[in-house]
Amino acid sequence: MSSVHEEAPVGTGSTFSRRLGLLVAVGLVAVFVLGIFLTEPDQRINPDTGEIIGQFDAVRLLYVHVPTILMAYLAFIVTAVGSFMYLRKKSMAWDILAYSAAEVGVVFTFLGLLTGSIWGRPIWNTWWQWGDVRIMTTLVMFLMYIGYLALRSVEAADPGIQARRAAIVGLIGVLNIPIVNRSVEWWPNRTIHQRSTFLEDKFDGLTFFTLMLALLVFAGLFSWLMMHRFRLGWLQHQRDTEGLDVAISARRAEAEGQFATVAVDGSVVDGSES
Amino acid sequence: MREALLIAGKDLRVEARSRIVLNQVAPFAVLVLVLFGFAFDASVETDALVRFTPGLFWVTVLFVALLTLQRSVAVELGDSAMSGLRLSGVSGVRIFAGKALAVIVQLLALEVLLVAGVVVFYGSRVSDILLLVLTCLLAAVGIGTAGSLYGVLAVGLGVRETLLPILLLPVLAPVLIGATKAFDDALGVAVVNGWAWLSLLAAFAVAYVVAGALSYGLVLEDM
Repeated sequence: MSSVHEEAPVGTGSTFSRRLGLLVAVGLVAVFVLGIFLTEPDQRINPDTGEIIGQFDAVRLLYVHVPTILMAYLAFIVTAVGSFMYLRKKSMAWDILAYSAAEVGVVFTFLGLLTGSIWGRPIWNTWWQWGDVRIMTTLVMFLMYIGYLALRSVEAADPGIQARRAAIVGLIGVLNIPIVNRSVEWWPNRTIHQRSTFLEDKFDGLTFFTLMLALLVFAGLFSWLMMHRFRLGWLQHQRDTEGLDVAISARRAEAEGQFATVAVDGSVVDGSES
Repeated sequence: MREALLIAGKDLRVEARSRIVLNQVAPFAVLVLVLFGFAFDASVETDALVRFTPGLFWVTVLFVALLTLQRSVAVELGDSAMSGLRLSGVSGVRIFAGKALAVIVQLLALEVLLVAGVVVFYGSRVSDILLLVLTCLLAAVGIGTAGSLYGVLAVGLGVRETLLPILLLPVLAPVLIGATKAFDDALGVAVVNGWAWLSLLAAFAVAYVVAGALSYGLVLEDM
């Protein structure tokens, strides 16, 4: 076995990522317990009619829905930064970072759409709402990044070509984020999504704490996934370039072998015959 | 600008002589309209076709645009035409402008054909001709510029035919939405302010003119 193989790690984990993973796992359990059992369901009394209104238990889904979609935004911003830096520095590490983040971002976007759909069934009485501008813009963003992944996963003759084209699409794609995020403000009459309620002081303490904890835990989860995905991408890159290195050294050895033969045949290269 | 016009002229001359657009793409466009007629059973549901004409029209335009864009890229692949173009010393921005312009002109011609098609086959009536013309124009600019950029991104990867639709169609979603709404008004099938939707089409066109001008040259480098 060559030394290159012996140095290669057997997994994508490290002491730090294992600790982070453990912490995230504990955090997810905590969010689960807080979100499902300890926080209050959303119910208020309509002051006019006196009947009880609200989202009831469905509101608990927001502890997952809001963090997943925010992590998707973060992921696509990382993709854009990685793409921009790749175009400037031409370093494959930036390209791998961009690609890894896009993949993680697509997973989070899908989870955001999925949890939103499950939440919409009891609240809006429909799995899918075509007229809602935020759902539409999120869906378009999702499909555009599927396209990005499709483009990036096609092998080009030169990995640089592949990376450069993906970088351009990755940079254009990030324009989706302000559109998705602001859509409910721009077209308020074309959405049944609630507008940004973060800064309004209408949560009780534990609900607010659970949401913040969920955000933190999901940020940890995002980092953990990114570490593993980036290392995987880096190992793939090493494997691909290692093949090239091996081929080059093999050609070199071959050339040296021919040289030696020539020398034994009595050429001027080796003067030992005299 | 003169160089861009030269490139656009070259592309249009190639199309005029090869007649691919005339003999294949244009008949395909009409064929899609006819197929929608069968799918919606126009013999029974005549109203449905009129009501959905704007959407069907623009979906057809997107399909046809994919073919036109594939063609626009394919003409540069034979005989290393792309290398010739790059060696000519024309900047990436101008090549982009020329290629996009040729696509826009072809799209406009196909849109005229399709408008005639929906009037004849679906019985649609044009109630606001100016809005209709402006919608066609802005949508063609948006599709032509975004399509030329993504078309060249998919080149040389060996899977152009399958990659371009998945890359481009989500990008063109705003054009489909905006142009359909504007046509709702222009064809008088729904109460909607079509002029307001023109701003979406215009914003899209401007965004992709800028994006294409900035990045087309980068992609050309590695062809």
